[in-house]
Amino acid sequence: MSALTFPPPPSSDSAEALRAEVRAFLATELADFPTTKRMESWSGFDPAFSRKLGARGWIGMTFPKEYGGHGRSNLERYVVIEELLAAGAPVVGHWIADRQSGPSILRFGSEAQKRFFIPRIVAGECFFCIGMSEPNSGSDLASVRTRATKVDGGWLINGTKLWTSHAHLAHFMILFCRSSGTPEDRQSGTSQFLVDMKATQGMNVRPVRAETGEHHFNEIHFQDAFVPDAALLGEEGQGWHQVTSELAYERSGPERFLSSFILLVETLRVLGTNPSERAAIAIGRLGAHLVTLRRLSRSVAGMLEAGGNPATQAALVKDLGALLEQEIPDIARALVAVDPPTPEIEQFAEVLAYTTLHAPSFSLRGGTREILRGIIARGLGLR
Amino acid sequence: MLIETAERLFGDTITPQVLAAAEQGDFPQAAWDALAEAGLHLGLLPEEAGGFGVAPEDALALLRVAGRHALPLPLAETMLAGWLLSSAGLAVPEGPLTVAAGLTLTRDGAKFHVAGTLRGVAWGSDAAAVAVLTEMDGNPYVALLSGGYEIEERRNIAREPRNTLVVDAVPDGVAMSPVSALALRAAGAATRTLMIAGALERITAMTTQYALDRSQFGRPIGRFQAVQHSLATLAAQTAAALAAGGIAAESVVGGVKFPAIAAAKARASEAAGIGAGLAHQIHGAIGFTYEHSLHFFTKRLHAWRDEYGGEAEWNERLGRHLAAAGADALWPTLTAI
Repeated sequence: MSALTFPPPPSSDSAEALRAEVRAFLATELADFPTTKRMESWSGFDPAFSRKLGARGWIGMTFPKEYGGHGRSNLERYVVIEELLAAGAPVVGHWIADRQSGPSILRFGSEAQKRFFIPRIVAGECFFCIGMSEPNSGSDLASVRTRATKVDGGWLINGTKLWTSHAHLAHFMILFCRSSGTPEDRQSGTSQFLVDMKATQGMNVRPVRAETGEHHFNEIHFQDAFVPDAALLGEEGQGWHQVTSELAYERSGPERFLSSFILLVETLRVLGTNPSERAAIAIGRLGAHLVTLRRLSRSVAGMLEAGGNPATQAALVKDLGALLEQEIPDIARALVAVDPPTPEIEQFAEVLAYTTLHAPSFSLRGGTREILRGIIARGLGLR
Repeated sequence: MLIETAERLFGDTITPQVLAAAEQGDFPQAAWDALAEAGLHLGLLPEEAGGFGVAPEDALALLRVAGRHALPLPLAETMLAGWLLSSAGLAVPEGPLTVAAGLTLTRDGAKFHVAGTLRGVAWGSDAAAVAVLTEMDGNPYVALLSGGYEIEERRNIAREPRNTLVVDAVPDGVAMSPVSALALRAAGAATRTLMIAGALERITAMTTQYALDRSQFGRPIGRFQAVQHSLATLAAQTAAALAAGGIAAESVVGGVKFPAIAAAKARASEAAGIGAGLAHQIHGAIGFTYEHSLHFFTKRLHAWRDEYGGEAEWNERLGRHLAAAGADALWPTLTAI
């Protein structure tokens, strides 16, 4: 039953003191930030806000001080990021760098890479995107065809990456590609590279509009794009191992169950402080799900802090979290009628529409529901 | 340590035969004696009342072990009765106890009297005494009854005794209660939350093993993705119930935190129904037989998800608590739970 081990989440007074500090900061900084921006949750982009967070010491919190980080605990970081998400703060600029790229560079990177990237990430001035999926490699990541070929002084990249969120805004990409062998070799022969999105020649970033018409995704063509030897992250051939070692961080955080939180707030606003029995039951149920998911997610944070790799538990959190995020718009529309569109519900209706249209992505991004359930099944010993 | 003791003890004493006999009304006295010998029922008592100073959340965690074994004994009830009595400063009698809420207490000089009907009293037929949270002049009182009631045979759908007691009694002891009726109901709900979590853990393990053992179309059914995804869903519901159990265990002693227990019981009760259904689906016809042990757990999941309030009751209480704080306070209210 080890796959279902969820130790009680650790608590600390310093983390709770920090929570008050973050709330006060957000109350001031986001005082005029409209609900119709907050609803974007962790898809909201504001580089000035990211820099302010960096100045407060709330990016790269767990990174070691010797590289410009803040040497704080995972649990303190957890408090900051859940408060940011609950407020609908525009965090996507630095999100990937803070959550994944920075930790990967610290774990696998060279001394020079750490010295270069970590202080910039911590300052909220170096944003990352993740070059993983391809036109023919979605869930089946090991089948990637983008290839790095060794040349004098570096590598030539050829191939296409797809669904790369915010590649047009990022300063760097962590590229996952093949560096030896053939796609039939699967996990072996893959590597990661730190690709400069602003200076690399032979790279073309093209927008792929989402169903809402928004530009988050990109398709990136590499044609003999040269990256120097210093761009290789970790060991050549160890890409798969490096990528999968960070999945528990990627899948267990509060962003996996708070994407629709602003809609829940707006639903409650319309329902008022004395809702009908039916509405109270529905709101209570969503609250109960949030409270239990938060405990599971914080438990995983505790396991990560203790040095574990709770990949199955993280998959469980993300699977349950996406179900909740996707239920919220359905329940909201069942509780509040949007026709006729009266002024009292105008804002609610806008948040509902936004969340409804984005909900399909919640169980696709970061590992589809089907992939997660396969991972859970493996954790149970079925694979 | 306590958990390991309970796991071993229940594993040794609670066999399918004992469970089947309990459904027919045989109180498993030997299992109770072993439990009492180990002191597992004393965990919620302060040391001066015979407890042994374990953290209340660790004592309550025993109920998760009880759920893992479908323990056919009033462990939760004896713990609740002991907590209710000792909180009111009353002595806690020996033996299996139970707890109930209702009746009216009257007083004639120094003499107290309680009368009326109590329904759904768990193990009322087997308990040595009943701790009743009653009221007089609008104040909560605890009355301890070791007799003075008629017992009507009633059982829940898991065939655990849930008796009707027709009371006309002079209590053995009476004291004002610092525990309110809502707090007792919430504490009871906390016990069922932990028991649900344990039973779900057990059926997840049983169902996983069954999927590995049972072959069809030339391979274990657990090799089929459809079955794997159902098992993953069962595991996810179990994970949610385990989180709920953890919340419940931390929310009873030292001031019952009812919003936390509301969230925990409602979530665990929802998981219980989904989990029981999935376990049966994956077990196929064999899991629907009396001979297979699955039903001892799934029947209890169905009973326990309703006892001390199901989803409707606790979700509504929590929903009103969240709504009353207002939309802009939703997040701080949730994090305070």
